[in-house]
Amino acid sequence: MSDTRVDSAKGFSVESLTANPRQARKERLIRDSLGATALVSVLISGLIIWSLFSEAWTFMVEVDWGSVWDIGWFPRRGIYDIKTLIVASLIVTGIAMIVAGPLGLGAAIYLSEYARPGVRRTLKPILEILAGIPSVVLGFFALEWIAPNVVKTLFGGPAAGSLLAAGIGVGVLVVPLVASISEDAMKAVPMSLREASSGLGARKITTTIRVVLPAAVSGLMAAFIVAVSRALGETMVVFMAGGAAQTAVYTHDPLEGSLPLTAGMTSLARGTDSVVGEGLTFQSLFFVGLLLFVVTFALNVVADRFVHRVREQY
Amino acid sequence: MAKARLIGDRTNKMMVQAMERRAADVRGRVFQITLLVTLLISLFILGVLIVDVVVDAWGVLTGRPSGFLTGTMRSLSGDPKLGVHQALVGTFWIAVFVAVFAFPIGIGAAIWLEEYALKNRFTRFIELNIRNLAGVPSIVYGLLGLFLFVKSLGGLTGGKSIASAGITLAILVLPIVIITAQEAIRAVPQGLKEGAYGVGATKWTMIRSQVLPYAAPGIFTGTLLSMSRGIGEAAPLLLVGAVSGRLGSNPGFFDFSAINAEAFMAMPVIIVEWVQNSGRDPGFAEAAAAAIVVLLVFVILMNAAAIFLRNHFEKKRG
Repeated sequence: MSDTRVDSAKGFSVESLTANPRQARKERLIRDSLGATALVSVLISGLIIWSLFSEAWTFMVEVDWGSVWDIGWFPRRGIYDIKTLIVASLIVTGIAMIVAGPLGLGAAIYLSEYARPGVRRTLKPILEILAGIPSVVLGFFALEWIAPNVVKTLFGGPAAGSLLAAGIGVGVLVVPLVASISEDAMKAVPMSLREASSGLGARKITTTIRVVLPAAVSGLMAAFIVAVSRALGETMVVFMAGGAAQTAVYTHDPLEGSLPLTAGMTSLARGTDSVVGEGLTFQSLFFVGLLLFVVTFALNVVADRFVHRVREQY
Repeated sequence: MAKARLIGDRTNKMMVQAMERRAADVRGRVFQITLLVTLLISLFILGVLIVDVVVDAWGVLTGRPSGFLTGTMRSLSGDPKLGVHQALVGTFWIAVFVAVFAFPIGIGAAIWLEEYALKNRFTRFIELNIRNLAGVPSIVYGLLGLFLFVKSLGGLTGGKSIASAGITLAILVLPIVIITAQEAIRAVPQGLKEGAYGVGATKWTMIRSQVLPYAAPGIFTGTLLSMSRGIGEAAPLLLVGAVSGRLGSNPGFFDFSAINAEAFMAMPVIIVEWVQNSGRDPGFAEAAAAAIVVLLVFVILMNAAAIFLRNHFEKKRG
């Protein structure tokens, strides 16, 4: 600190304004080390892409492609039916969005348009706590509570794990995400639009549905897409409550158990030592991972576009 | 703004009533109540979740609370020495790795992006890259850890060790640390910075004496959130190779030789392990619930502290 101050005894000269070389060196060093920490993120992206591609490439070159479109997912027997995993993932994601879409959007509209500040201050943190619940906890909840109490009682499914139980669990998990992005989008709609609508004699419900929601539509799309991406990538809930372990025969019945992409990878990697060196099982892990990465990446880029459109509009 | 809205609402209501000669807006009421119900359903689920877990865990937690914290993994749920000690130690070390790697690098990157970086294409590329990293599914980070730290750098990290797991999770939470720290730094008023320059501060002195103290609560909130995310993550650990079955060793909290030992356990993984065991031995479901309560205490405390801090400082600074 002391060397940056002007010595009052010597008076003030041009020299006092130019940094001393030691100081300048220190400043440059700090700037460069901070810049290096920012580059770490680029390095990580590079490493992710490199690790996924290098092993997935081996898989794609060496695999018998007939086994990639077969009766089910039996990696240890050399049967890598990818459609089993994809269909299971789509079912879980679809159910999750049926649950999270209305719940998240409704909560967001209420918090943004209707809740008084005091109510908002109490309810919002609780929703944020829900967002912080680890996914293993929701996996346990989906298996131990949702399966017997919702899936079995309401849908006549099994009391153990099923795609439906996993889907509802994932839905609960993404509700706070949908709510928070949607609320941000609606908060970004200028108050003047609402005032203009009210001024024309529109009721609150009309203002909300006909003015605020259309104005926030880009942000709502973003919320939906991010939630789909998150649901596709969610692992622990589908692994614990998806109702299948290690292997799965192709099914598109939500009341049965199956392996979504992430659950297929996790059950394969459990005790990873048995994966390494057994045919292509280790590589198949990265092939599925690459597929998941590409899809979620594309979804996230699209969602990012939508978010930016909101910012540009207002 | 709020006042204008209120007046708009009131005139609106009066005009509507005057025009339609109707006392109440039934449709609007129903809509509002429906919205409130959707919000309450989410909160109800949270309540049911917590009650369900606590009820399941009650026997274990009240029966032998300290034995459960000091016990180890066992093959039978009735074993009086069953407990989460190994998992607590693993999660403790993961938290240390996250704090040591993710916090300095993340905060450094945020400072650079907000204070030093030129607003050019390269900076935009880095920011886009960080946003995308934040959206990468956690299991993909597990693949990275498996490929890089377990397979390629196995000699250095000890393979399927707590070191590999810790670094993997530090990488996973890094984008969250960067994004939250960036937001906190961006909120520092320009006047404070100019004031520091005005009395002759260099850039770094300005950052250290003005930007960082002002942004500290926001940065701290972000680190709390990312830490709670890090200790709750299970998927990457399963891929990096947390032990399935039983873990033989039981190192203490400060047993440094265990960091790169070829075996580890962590709180979220022990929950998965016990839930899966509950198929053959139903008593494990209660043990899993008890472990969840232990994990949730940490996670909810961190989250609540983060939310409180943020709201407190938002209010204070208007």
